[in-house]
Amino acid sequence: MSLALFYLAAAVAVGATVLALTRANAAHALIYLIVSLLGVAVLFFLLGAPFAAALEVVAYAGAIMVLFVFVIMMLNLGEESQREERALLNFRHWRLPGLLTALLLAELVYVMGNSVSPIPSDAVLPKQVALTLFGPYVLGVELASMLLLAGLVGAYHLGQHFLARDRGYNN
Amino acid sequence: MNLLLSLIPALPLASAALLLLYGRHLTRSLVTTLGVGSIGSAAIVVVLLATQWTATAEPLRVQLWQWFSVGSFSVDIALYLDQLSLIWLCTITGIGFLIHLYSSEYMAHDSDYSRYFAYLNLFVASMLLLVLGDSLLLLFLGWEGVGLCSYLLIGFWHQESANGAAARKAFIVTRAGDAAMALGLFLLVAEFNTLNIQELLAAAALQWERGGTMATLACALIFTGAVGKSAQLPLQTWLPDAMAGPTPVSALIHAATMVTAGIYLLARLNGLYTMAPNVLFAIAIIGVATSLMAACAALAQTDIKRILAYSTISQLGYMFLALGVQAWDAGILHMMTHAFFKALLFLAAGAVIECLHHEQDIRNMGGLRKRLPVPFWSFVIGSAALAALPATAGFASKDLILLRAWEVAGDGTWLWGVAALGAFITALYSFKLVFVVFFGEAKTEATHQPGWRMAVPLIVLCLFSMVGGYIALPLADVLPLPSHEPAHGTIAVISAAIPIVGVFVAYLLFLGRQVSVEALTHSPAGLWLSGFWHGGWGMDRFYALLVVMPYTRVARWLRNEPIDYLVAMITGTAVFFNGVFGASQNGRLGRYVTVMVLGLLLMFLVLVMGVAA
Amino acid sequence: MDTMLIPLEHVLVVASILFALGLFGLMFRRNIIFMLMSLEVMLNAAALAFIAAGAHWQQADGQVMFVFILAIAAAEVSVGLGLVLQMRRQMQTLDMNTAIRLKG
Repeated sequence: MSLALFYLAAAVAVGATVLALTRANAAHALIYLIVSLLGVAVLFFLLGAPFAAALEVVAYAGAIMVLFVFVIMMLNLGEESQREERALLNFRHWRLPGLLTALLLAELVYVMGNSVSPIPSDAVLPKQVALTLFGPYVLGVELASMLLLAGLVGAYHLGQHFLARDRGYNN
Repeated sequence: MNLLLSLIPALPLASAALLLLYGRHLTRSLVTTLGVGSIGSAAIVVVLLATQWTATAEPLRVQLWQWFSVGSFSVDIALYLDQLSLIWLCTITGIGFLIHLYSSEYMAHDSDYSRYFAYLNLFVASMLLLVLGDSLLLLFLGWEGVGLCSYLLIGFWHQESANGAAARKAFIVTRAGDAAMALGLFLLVAEFNTLNIQELLAAAALQWERGGTMATLACALIFTGAVGKSAQLPLQTWLPDAMAGPTPVSALIHAATMVTAGIYLLARLNGLYTMAPNVLFAIAIIGVATSLMAACAALAQTDIKRILAYSTISQLGYMFLALGVQAWDAGILHMMTHAFFKALLFLAAGAVIECLHHEQDIRNMGGLRKRLPVPFWSFVIGSAALAALPATAGFASKDLILLRAWEVAGDGTWLWGVAALGAFITALYSFKLVFVVFFGEAKTEATHQPGWRMAVPLIVLCLFSMVGGYIALPLADVLPLPSHEPAHGTIAVISAAIPIVGVFVAYLLFLGRQVSVEALTHSPAGLWLSGFWHGGWGMDRFYALLVVMPYTRVARWLRNEPIDYLVAMITGTAVFFNGVFGASQNGRLGRYVTVMVLGLLLMFLVLVMGVAA
Repeated sequence: MDTMLIPLEHVLVVASILFALGLFGLMFRRNIIFMLMSLEVMLNAAALAFIAAGAHWQQADGQVMFVFILAIAAAEVSVGLGLVLQMRRQMQTLDMNTAIRLKG
């Protein structure tokens, strides 16, 4: 049963990703991407990582993608941009990337091997994750927080002028 | 005695140093005192030394200090006196003093008076070091020193670029010989690990086989140096052009002293040369060929000094002929008598030139017999000695050479024949000079008479040119002299008579006008011949073609900086690749990612292959 | 949960496919927004691989790595979108091929 669910979720994720990357309308693409992330969350849950699945939905799809959506709305990409995008989406542009990607994929698949080693279905619970995270990996946690601080400052600075000019604030 | 010997080169050297540094600030009379006085006092010291030394007559060696020592090879600054060097000392200081005295009047109106005496003193000092040197390296130092002073003095009036060119030519041609000589010295060092002359002579007698390759090679190379310095075939082209210098310089350097350095070298190394009979034979041939060639060339010249220059080359050829047939005493005697009469002739020519306001072409001279009596008699006596007329000094020495040449087994006859022909032509051109310049109608007026400082040396040299041949040279201890007397009989009479015939022919052609000179010289063969001889047998043109033209061609080609192309190729490659890589950065992110993926793909491929294998 | 277990290799293959798709999008699209989206897809694929490995070995390290990846993605996206806004302001377009001042 979980195997079937696995293949289904995987198909959804892959399909949604393909659709996301081939849309001309940015908003549509984003929605498809969110669907893909939800599919991956299901995969996480099936692999016995409920905490990761929750995080995927809440933080990745819920925060990061929403941020994307906000910015797209703010940019007000109209009809012309859609037309430009469609103009660029023709076959001759994706010959080389497609070829390279196919080759890479073939290599990866080959390397992963043909043997089948099953994954035990016991879940790894949040408590264990928390103990590991704040145990051996506590340094990483601190670094991540510093990284987020840097991201915060950078984003604020980069977005400042845009906002001020847009809203007419004197800054 | 040691002190006296050391003083001899030291006095002129000190004077030269003083004059070089402070000459400009000294008064003219002080410069004269220093310049002439240093040589004069050196001459007095030589006389003192000679009187003291001939009592013992043992070779005297004075070591001053060690020059350097490298491993097992060391060279000392040491002076060596024996009969051979004593003869040269007397000649150099004696004639040197007379010429310095003469120069004080000849150069009296020149603005570079002190520089002249500085160079001339330096020259004398170098020449003294050359003949007194105990080691071949010290001799070579003197050798180079006289070469340098020759360059400085030939180009003394350097404001004229032709003088500079003549000086350069002299230096470069003698340099070619010097390079060969240096090679010869290197060979000797490699063979014997010493350059001390006495040690070399002793070692060569023991180690070398007669006529062996090493002996022949070393002797030939050293002889090449002598060829350059003494202006023999084929390195004689510099001497006629060296007449661009002041006349006393020509007298001292290019007649009496520097050009005899080659003779000294060979005489000094006689022990080496007796081990290489092939080289000696070559020396004789070169000597006799040069003497004939130069005599013919002298016949066709019109400049008074150039005639004397070619005459010097010719007489040096006789000296080399003497050395080549191992008649060492004859060669050295001829050196001494030649110094007397050639210096006399040059100084007299200088007097004529100066009194005629620097006129040097003999076609513009004439009838000076009555106007300039002292130069006239000097020329007569000097030319008589040059032609080797009996009762002159030249007769004693040149006849000796001719007779010794006749004695040589096998080749004696033709050696004598060529030398005799040269003697005939010598008499011809020397008396042509006398008759053209001093007889006939006057074409240029003499403005004044030579003063006492020019006349006294002339008179002294006249005396020596007459009796100098009868000075007995005490060379028996130093050189292997031939044990028997020279040939007597018919050949001696013929040898003595040839110059007289020559003078008579000269009289017919140039004074009595019984035979027309113009008929001879203006005939087609005569024209070509006189032109050819006037140009020194075309040797200048030959060297221009052989050496100068390729050299200047190469120099001009190198002006394009071809070597720079190699360096430019490196930078060009770097710039090229810069262009290539620059073009690949087009700023497009998508393209960068594609290339990265490509690289990743390749890396992966390699890994996969590795895993599969 | 039932007894059918999921093969590790299949999960990794799915992750590879997602990664390849993300790479394809990065090379192919010229709009900066879509390039950022492709980056997110790639990060997500890597996270999937980590989780699978962690589940295979029954350790929490896989999920810990996922948390870190999440933090990185968040920071990167915020700064990246700030840059998008700046680009829109300076060059009035979101085409990556106009931002080529660093060429040569």
